[in-house]
Amino acid sequence: MHAGPIADSIVRIEGLTKRFGAITAVDGVDLEIRRGELFALLGGSGCGKTTLLRMLAGFEVPDGGRIVIDGQDMTGVPPHLRPVNMMFQSYALFPHMDVATNVGYGLRREGVRAPEIATRVAEALEQVKLADHAGRRPAQLSGGQRQRVALARALVKRPKLLLLDEPLAALDRKLREGTRFELVRLQEQLGLTFVMVTHDQEEAMSMATRLAVMNTGRVAQVGTPHEIYERPASRFVADFIGIANILEADGGWLALRPEKITLSANRPDAANTVAGKILDIAYEGDRSLYRIVTEGNGTMVVSTTNIDRTQPASFARGQRVWLGWSADAGHRVSE
Amino acid sequence: MRYAIALPFLWLAVFFLLPFALVLAIALGTNAPDVAPPVELGFSLKNFALLFSDDLYVAAWLSSLRIAATSTLIALLLGYPMAYAIARARPERRPLLLMLVVLPFWTSFLIRIYAWMGLLAKNGLIDQFLRWSGIAENPGSILGTEWAVHLGIVYAYLPFMVLPLYATLEKLDTSLLEAAADLGARPLTAFLTITLPLSLPGIVAGCLLVFIPSIGEFVIPDLLGGTETLMIGKVLWDEFFTNADWPLASAVAICLLVLLVAPIALFQRQQARSLERRT
Repeated sequence: MHAGPIADSIVRIEGLTKRFGAITAVDGVDLEIRRGELFALLGGSGCGKTTLLRMLAGFEVPDGGRIVIDGQDMTGVPPHLRPVNMMFQSYALFPHMDVATNVGYGLRREGVRAPEIATRVAEALEQVKLADHAGRRPAQLSGGQRQRVALARALVKRPKLLLLDEPLAALDRKLREGTRFELVRLQEQLGLTFVMVTHDQEEAMSMATRLAVMNTGRVAQVGTPHEIYERPASRFVADFIGIANILEADGGWLALRPEKITLSANRPDAANTVAGKILDIAYEGDRSLYRIVTEGNGTMVVSTTNIDRTQPASFARGQRVWLGWSADAGHRVSE
Repeated sequence: MRYAIALPFLWLAVFFLLPFALVLAIALGTNAPDVAPPVELGFSLKNFALLFSDDLYVAAWLSSLRIAATSTLIALLLGYPMAYAIARARPERRPLLLMLVVLPFWTSFLIRIYAWMGLLAKNGLIDQFLRWSGIAENPGSILGTEWAVHLGIVYAYLPFMVLPLYATLEKLDTSLLEAAADLGARPLTAFLTITLPLSLPGIVAGCLLVFIPSIGEFVIPDLLGGTETLMIGKVLWDEFFTNADWPLASAVAICLLVLLVAPIALFQRQQARSLERRT
C-alpha cells in the first residue's frame, strides 16, 4: 500500500538477523512500527518473535542488520541505555523489594529526586489500580496484581517503546480477557507505542493495531488484523490465523474461510457450488463447525452461526449437503 | 515410622547430650593429679571463674575471634567470585567446576596441612621460589606466623564458603538482572541492588560455616602458627594434654560451646526465614 519509509515510524528494523549456533532465529527481518500503535509479533514457538523482542530491548546482539528507535541507531547500545522498557513474561519483579520500591527502581537509576519518584510511583500504581498495595511484597500478590506491578514498573519510565513479552500468558482465562481491554485502554490513554509478543492469535487479533505474523525467523505478513484475516498473503498465514480451506484454483491457491460458505440441502444459487457428505459436527455454542467430504475439493470446513436459540440442528452427520460461496468469498494466496 | 523419627534424637542423646553432661560434670569438679582419671567430682565454679579472670584465656578468645573473622572475610572475598563464576558457567561445565572445589576433601585434612608446612617453611618451596626469582632476598619463613594460620584456615574452609554461595547464586533468576538493566541499571548497580541482596542467605550461611569451625580450630594454629598465635582450641589442647588439667580443659570446652551456640542459632533462624520466604 505504501512505498518507502512510513512518515511517523518510531522503530525501523532493517535486515535484522540473529543466529544461535546453527539455528537462525531471526532471518533478515525488515519492519516498521508506527508511533502510538499496538504492534503484535505473532507466531508459534521458535518462530523468532521473542528473539526479535529481546533484540529491541538490547538483551541479544544481532548478527546483522540495524535497529533504529526514534531516529537513533540502537543496534549496539546496551539495554540500560535504551529508551525502551520491557514487561517480562515472568514479570521479573524483585522479590526483596515492595511494590513501590519495584516500581520506583527505574526512576532511581535515572537519578530522579525522591519526592518526584514518590509522585510518579503513586501515579503509576493508580493507573494500574494498585494504589493500596504499595507496601506489599511481590510474594503477597496474586498473579494478576503482579502483572500490573510489572506493567507499572515499565510504564513509570515513560519509555518511547514498551515491550510486552507474552503479557497475558501467565493469567487464567477469565482474567486474561479483562486484562486485554485494560492494556489497550492504557496504551491509547498514554499514547505510548506497545510492541507485544504473543503466540495467541486471538489475543493478537483483538488487541493489535497491526501485527506481524512470523514463521521460521521471517515475517510472513504485516498488516491490520482485518488484512491478515481476510487477505492472507500466503497459505501459511491463511492456515495459521483462524481456519482456512485451501482450494486449488486456476493453477494457484484460494483461501476460503468457513463462515464464507453457505450450507444447504439443495443446490444453492451461488457462483461456486460443491456437493458433499457431513463427516463431523463440532457444536461450539455460538457456532457449529462441519467437516464435509466434498466431491472434488477434499475435506472442507464450514461454520454456521447459531442465531436462533429454539431451532433444532438443521443438519445431521452423514447427511448429503451442498456448499456454496460467492465469487469474491475466497482470497488468492501464494504457496 | 515413629521410631525412624526418634532415631536422630537417640543419636543426639547418646553422642552429644551424654558426652556434654560428662564434660559439664568434669568442668564442675576439681583437678586431682594423683587419681585416674584426674578429676574429683563436685560442684565448683572456680574453673569458670579462672577463665574469666586469667588474661591468657580472654586473650585467646579475642584472638580466636579475630583470626576466625578475618579468615571468614578473606574466604568470602575469594569465594564469592568463584561461586559467581561457577553459577554463570555453562550448565554442562558446572559439575566439573564444583568437583574441583571439593576435590581437596579427597585427601586427609591433616596431610594437606602438613603439605602447607612444607610449602611455607624456611627453605620450603615458596621460600626457595622467592629467593630464586629474586622477588625477595631473604623472605624468611611464613610458617609460624599468623599469616600462615589465616592462609591455612582460608584454604581448608573455602569450599564451605563456595558451596552455599553457589547454591543461592545458581537459583538467582537471570531475568531479574535483565529487568534491572532494562530499567536503566548499569551492571555494577544491578549487582549491588539485585544479586548481592538476593544472595545474602548464601553469604550468611557460608560465613557461619567458615567462622564456626575456624574459631575452635586446633590443627591449623598448632601446625602452621607460631608460639605467639593464641587460639582457644590450642589452649584447650594444652590444658588437657600438657597440663593434664581435665576440669579446666572441660570448662574451656563448655565456654567454647556456649559461645558458638549464638552464631549457630543465628544461622538456623536465618535458614528458617529463607525457607519461609520461599513458600
